Amino acid sequence: MNNSAVLVIGGGIAGIQASIDLANLGFQVYLVERTPSIGGRMAQLDKTFPTNDCSICILAPKMIECASHKKVNLLTYSEVIEVEGRAGDFRVKILKKPRFVDMNRCTGCGECVENCPRRVPNEFNLFLDKRKAIYLLFPQAVPHKMTIDAQNCLYFLKGRCRLCEEVCLAKAIDFEQEEKIVELSVGAIILATGFDPFDVSALKEYGYGEIKNVITGLEFERLISASGPTSGELERPSDKKPPQVIAFIQCVGSRDVNYNPYCSAVCCMHATKEAILAGEHYPGLRSFVFYTDLRAAGKRFQEYINRAKEEYGVTYIRARPGKITAKDGRPIIWYEETLFKEGEERKVRKMEVDLVVLCQALVPHGSHQEVTRKLGIELDEMGFIRIPDRLSRPVDTSVEGVFACGFCQGPQDIPDSVIQASGAAARVAELLTVERM
Amino acid sequence: MAKRRIGVFVCYCGNNIGGIVRVPEVVEYARCLPNVVYAEGSLYACSEEGLSSIKAKIAAYGLDRVVVASCTPRTHETLFRNACEEAGLNRYLFEFVNVREHCSWIHMRAPDEATEKAKSLIKMGVAKSYYLEPQEELESEVYPEALVIGGGVAGMTAALNLAQQGLKVHLIEREKELGGLLSQVNKLFPANRDVKEIFDPLAEGVKNHPLITIYLGSEVEGVEGFIGNFKVRITRVEGEIKVGTIIVATGGRELKPIGQYGYPTVANVLTQLELEGRLKEGIDGWQSVVMINCVGARVTGRFYCGRFCCLTAMKNAILIKEGNPQAKVYILLQDVMASGVEAERYYRRSMERGVRFIRYDPISPPQILGERQAEGVKVYHALIGREVILPAQMVVLTTPLVPQADNERLSKMLKVPLGSEGFFLEAHLKLRPIEFATDGIYLCGSARYPSDIAESVSQAYAASAKAAIPMRQGLVRVEAITAFSQERLCHGCGNCLRVCPFGAIELKGSERGGKVAWVNAAQCKGCGCCVAACPNGAMQQRSFSDQQLMAMIEALVEEVSSGP
Repeated sequence: MNNSAVLVIGGGIAGIQASIDLANLGFQVYLVERTPSIGGRMAQLDKTFPTNDCSICILAPKMIECASHKKVNLLTYSEVIEVEGRAGDFRVKILKKPRFVDMNRCTGCGECVENCPRRVPNEFNLFLDKRKAIYLLFPQAVPHKMTIDAQNCLYFLKGRCRLCEEVCLAKAIDFEQEEKIVELSVGAIILATGFDPFDVSALKEYGYGEIKNVITGLEFERLISASGPTSGELERPSDKKPPQVIAFIQCVGSRDVNYNPYCSAVCCMHATKEAILAGEHYPGLRSFVFYTDLRAAGKRFQEYINRAKEEYGVTYIRARPGKITAKDGRPIIWYEETLFKEGEERKVRKMEVDLVVLCQALVPHGSHQEVTRKLGIELDEMGFIRIPDRLSRPVDTSVEGVFACGFCQGPQDIPDSVIQASGAAARVAELLTVERM
Repeated sequence: MAKRRIGVFVCYCGNNIGGIVRVPEVVEYARCLPNVVYAEGSLYACSEEGLSSIKAKIAAYGLDRVVVASCTPRTHETLFRNACEEAGLNRYLFEFVNVREHCSWIHMRAPDEATEKAKSLIKMGVAKSYYLEPQEELESEVYPEALVIGGGVAGMTAALNLAQQGLKVHLIEREKELGGLLSQVNKLFPANRDVKEIFDPLAEGVKNHPLITIYLGSEVEGVEGFIGNFKVRITRVEGEIKVGTIIVATGGRELKPIGQYGYPTVANVLTQLELEGRLKEGIDGWQSVVMINCVGARVTGRFYCGRFCCLTAMKNAILIKEGNPQAKVYILLQDVMASGVEAERYYRRSMERGVRFIRYDPISPPQILGERQAEGVKVYHALIGREVILPAQMVVLTTPLVPQADNERLSKMLKVPLGSEGFFLEAHLKLRPIEFATDGIYLCGSARYPSDIAESVSQAYAASAKAAIPMRQGLVRVEAITAFSQERLCHGCGNCLRVCPFGAIELKGSERGGKVAWVNAAQCKGCGCCVAACPNGAMQQRSFSDQQLMAMIEALVEEVSSGP
């Protein structure tokens, strides 16, 4: 029986917030994250609506607070492989994947990365550039330690190289490192596994993957980010020139019975933000947002939309484009506007633009099915975690002692995710206090 | 001037600094600065070896000030301060100089200039460190009881959660009964459950919990103190109650759209909440109903969207259709706000039930037909591009929640801010949505922004977690680097008090007569706003005194003027 320890699965903003609150409430926290760094999706965003705060700048202090908390035990590059038991008494097995880097010695200086000869597609930047086989997931990664990607490392592939070992002044490289199983005993579990972007190539009519200058919302975030693959220059893929006219297409794979019937909740606002950022970066640039309903129901959201219209000349068009074609590399959007002024002619229109941003649906994270199966918790028909009594118990799953917060239990934005994260911590405190009494 | 024994440690950060800035040259330079008795380069100052070396040199050279020139205080200040403390030096006798972000990274292509700048910054850091003084980190006790203001769904949920954690709670409700807005509502989306199903167990739990004291028909009259130690006066209660934390859960109220669409003089034009009342009484059988959304929302003067009004309209439309499947029910709206999985499904369901949605343009809003009685609604139907006339036995206006009328009074009492729309303003919209900038006071439900039941409950749990933290810890650590007022220089103008975001400053009577500023160190966060606002230099901040900053500037100017 271990009532004072809690397992948090997922190191995005929800998992980080839940961990900090639990640790401050006096619980021992084990935060498990699959990738080499905590930070999650929020670390990939350039800025955040509606304040235009730099995302990583407000996230990094939280990441550091979480990692340096005496009561938080960070298990990065790790996965949950087995769960047994019940509320108040769960036994969990965690697989720690080998980084081939001694965490106690590595200082994160980056000398090894400089010298590594192997370049591989960079998942953090959505494969828009390359990283090395030994790498830091992103510049502000926590823990600030390197990882060798064994699937791409020359030494593991061909048995030679070891350049990183040679240049590491801290003597941190350890090719002998093996995977480890960590066994934990915890009283409660919080899930915060987040989302994946939906693969928009399924919508053939929008030409993603075929037409060069059609990209996704998350790709846009990396391109406009100063720490991204283009150092913040919005280069359109065809010729690396900045666009003058951008179209944002909403509900790509969302609110669509063929793919995901639900609304992804954040896209109207992130498109608006992206249009504002593009407008700030390239004065004179014009943005058009093709929307279904303009969902701006959060605090200061309407004001943000008004600002986009008034200060940045962003135009909102109520239409769901039928297809996107290309002429000399320029995408053409085919659409019919569905709000008519009196006497206006109704017809299919075409708009030629420099860059199209598909605001893709957001779906439960790929890892989440397996984790939830191990925990025995129910999912809804969309694959999100089912919350049996959302009105009274908005963070309780179908299994007692297992809570869920953030996008894994349904589409929501960052403030709602951190609210649920803190809320889940409160529910754990309630459960484990009652157990103790 | 007294002698000091300052040690300087310059980090290579592998090649991050050392690849651009010529560290050995910088170390030599630092060694020759006034009062510096020791300087060294360190491959990684933050590594075990680096930190041990700093500790060893403090002992060996009797260092009384330590300057580390490396990366950023954001990530590494605590680490180096701890090292100083472990070596027996007060942790505030440490000064951080950033030669990575400020030198090697930003001037990557100019190693000479980067090296010279590193020297200047270190010279300034050394000059400042001369005047550093030891500081104490005090702790203050937290009284383990909470005050929850507002007995609606948010307040009740927060109170119950805290009590379940074993903490004593005082729950204040101004009405004679618990329940707030919830008690006026009929059913709850998305399952159209009866309010009683949610309300009764919650209210029973609160009423029967031995750790919760309920004050009905009561309001907060006055609040004094700070985190851990608030004294609160409540109407109809003698004396004061003492609490460690406060949760604001005062909710919102439905906007009554006086003067719009004939409300309230036309009898069959009512608001959604008034309709809920009739549905609750079991009245149904309407033949034709038109609902108009965004009445008083998303308009000039009240920009915000009411967040859940679309869903309220859908819910009541579905209930009317359930009462009479033949009824014609139209919802006139701008955008359908139905984010996420369940709300979107609810929207589809309402359409399947035959509820019709018509988009109107706010520039030409709908018009009520009929004189004393609404008989129909004329609206420009934006999808088909012409005007239509809809029959209406009843017109329902969907209005947003608006701030409580006395929010301003409460905000002044608690010294927490309101936003421009009149709702309480959180510390940060994105990452601190249910905290105030002032420690020990938290926020949930529609007092912050219109929130539906599930959202209010989530927020209540979150506020409860935040309030429980200091109470469960029992102690709060008070910031050591705080501002203080030098009484003899203060003229009592009050500028400092106006700019302080934390309500930490008061004007108090001085011995010389007149008023002077006084900083409550327990509330001060050391942001420095008051120091900048003080016209007399009376306000000073520990570790950032005028003397220390002037020493830095003088060190820099001297450098420049003696240059080539």
